[in-house]
Amino acid sequence: MGLLDFFNKPTPSLLRLPSGSFTVDRKGAVLVSTVASSFPAELIDQISSRVLAIFQEATAAQLPLSQIVIHYTSLKITARELRGGAIVFLSPRTPFSSNNQS
Amino acid sequence: METRLKILLVDDDPAVLELYQELLKRLPSRPEIVAVSSGARAMALLENDVFRLMICDLKMPKMDGLQVLSIVRRKYPMLRTVALTAILDEQFRSRAYALGVDLFWHKPTTEQEVQMFLECLESLLGQENENGFRGVQSKSLMDIIQLECISQSSSLLRIANGSVIGRIWIQDGEVIDSETSDLKGEEAFYRILAWRTGTFESMAPEPSRERTIYKSYNALLLESAQALDEALSLGGETDTTQTALSPLSRVTQMEGIEFVLTQKRTGAGKAEARGLENPDRLADWSRQCLQKFADLSELIHAGPLELVEGSGPQRQVSLARQGDYDLCVGWKLDLSSAHIRDTMKKVTALWAS
Repeated sequence: MGLLDFFNKPTPSLLRLPSGSFTVDRKGAVLVSTVASSFPAELIDQISSRVLAIFQEATAAQLPLSQIVIHYTSLKITARELRGGAIVFLSPRTPFSSNNQS
Repeated sequence: METRLKILLVDDDPAVLELYQELLKRLPSRPEIVAVSSGARAMALLENDVFRLMICDLKMPKMDGLQVLSIVRRKYPMLRTVALTAILDEQFRSRAYALGVDLFWHKPTTEQEVQMFLECLESLLGQENENGFRGVQSKSLMDIIQLECISQSSSLLRIANGSVIGRIWIQDGEVIDSETSDLKGEEAFYRILAWRTGTFESMAPEPSRERTIYKSYNALLLESAQALDEALSLGGETDTTQTALSPLSRVTQMEGIEFVLTQKRTGAGKAEARGLENPDRLADWSRQCLQKFADLSELIHAGPLELVEGSGPQRQVSLARQGDYDLCVGWKLDLSSAHIRDTMKKVTALWAS
């Protein structure tokens, strides 16, 4: 079978936008997640670190927030503050999706 | 001497590259085809050479097509781009168009599809590289309206200026109605004509549309041109309806707004605000917030950042980018999110114009 492997071209994969939700504690550690494991953990960390920082900085700017919704053209991120941590919902938007609000 | 246009073809599969090189030779304009097998190589070529069009496969190793297109759209905004893929997934179509590609096309499988694909490419190659409105052959909005009216056509022109949408209804060669954000009729028409950049597309006419504009198209275009000339001679302000109040003051008059803050994205100059006693901390926060989430989009390729909404025990807040400016608007707590989004569109429309 080794001979056949020689002809087997590795297929590149295209990163899909994440769908699902995850919960992080105040230090950014992921506690629970329903996001597909194919979505890189580093990117989940990037999302959670930004969300947590924005919640903290908003409080410091005397504008305490309990929820942030970030609208991108192809993705909606909803983050709810949970005692210093956060629960984050990720929902991709397509031209046919019902959450295409803007 | 006539110079041949150049097409850059990017695909990791040598067989596909060879096939498409052959197909593209059938284009009537006989462009020069340069084929490369990776995004990195394409970037290197774009640094040193001028191409009219880039056709990029989406599924590639190391740097995928969306990453390549994202960089290319930012670095070379006048380069026409085509995303080509065998993946049948609407998400990727949406993301590609969100990045600003000119055409998203599934790899053609039949001779008829090949022919249509080549016709689209020929059309893209024929478009001139000019500033202004990008849509129907990159003509100005005034040109298009004039052409539609002279030819006694009926159509609906949909014009996008950033996140603001305007519509102009033309029926049998007459402008019959127009609307954009909070304006309707003639006022909306003048506002739309004052936009300097954007994209537009011609859509199917709506004969049942109620007529609100009764002036001839010549009179409308003449008045728009005069208003633009006057505004330019006064120093660039192009709003023809309310020049007395500054945009910031007009925003604070909108229903439900508690405060508004605006600042240059570069951080140059001081933030301007209405309804805030000490805007500096909020200015820092809103700049960081927009920057952080715009950077995040670069990492996950979710398309441009449209809006950030926040809600807390004291008030609600919306943040958006418009041109070179960051906008931060505070809202009363009891307002619905639908009302806030609607009014925020009007705020960004005001800023855009």
